[in-house]
Amino acid sequence: MELSTTRHGDMAIATVIATRIDAAAAIAFKDAVRAAVADGPDHVVLDLRQVTFVDSSGLGAIVAAMKGMGAGRRLDLAGLTPDVAKVFRLTRMDKVFVIHDDPDRLIARATG
Amino acid sequence: MKAEVTFTCDATALDVRRMLAELQECLAVETIADDDRGTVDIALAEALNNIVEHAYHPDTPGTITLTLWIGPTRVSCELRDKGVALPGLEPPHAAAPDVTGPRETLPEGGFGWSIIHALTARLCYLRDGAENRLILDFDIASS
Repeated sequence: MELSTTRHGDMAIATVIATRIDAAAAIAFKDAVRAAVADGPDHVVLDLRQVTFVDSSGLGAIVAAMKGMGAGRRLDLAGLTPDVAKVFRLTRMDKVFVIHDDPDRLIARATG
Repeated sequence: MKAEVTFTCDATALDVRRMLAELQECLAVETIADDDRGTVDIALAEALNNIVEHAYHPDTPGTITLTLWIGPTRVSCELRDKGVALPGLEPPHAAAPDVTGPRETLPEGGFGWSIIHALTARLCYLRDGAENRLILDFDIASS
């Protein structure tokens, strides 16, 4: 599972380069996020624009990644595609995470 | 419109992914709307993950058969496997896990059955001899 991380001021954006975070990908995803956020800013945004499918294993991996960041650090989400948004809504995880529409707009604000 | 289509896969996460891709291709050919295709993809993935994780032992993954029927306003999917029966011989009526607590208590699993219940119009399970049969019906926008 590939993640591309870029830093913008006090924020890092980790872009998932995959279309599915499913049961077959969940463990690799969790490891990739842990490595990507190990050092760097306290505020990380997971860019999910390329991801068209997340199942409950993938959702669990995203929650685990957020919990693993520890107190005082923040993992937001951005660019949810329709089926991914549906899973977050059904599980009420859309109330747990701060969800941004467009990562590019966040970058403009962070570096503006 | 095809009356009935059958798919099979091994009970592994990777082969489930392959079969779900075939199912999606078939639904696209039958011009099922994107939103309905997504609903079927999500619910089937959860049901198939349950079979991979709980019905079969990971060392001896058996076969899963998926039969698809498409009607004017309904998609029906039947999953068959020869693994362990569902406890209580019915689909668990699991409520969605509580996500209102502090960060360290947030659930990382247990969402599957609540997602399946929320997305299906009807869910039916039967133990048929040595076989599990789970039927998931979806209401779809008429095309």
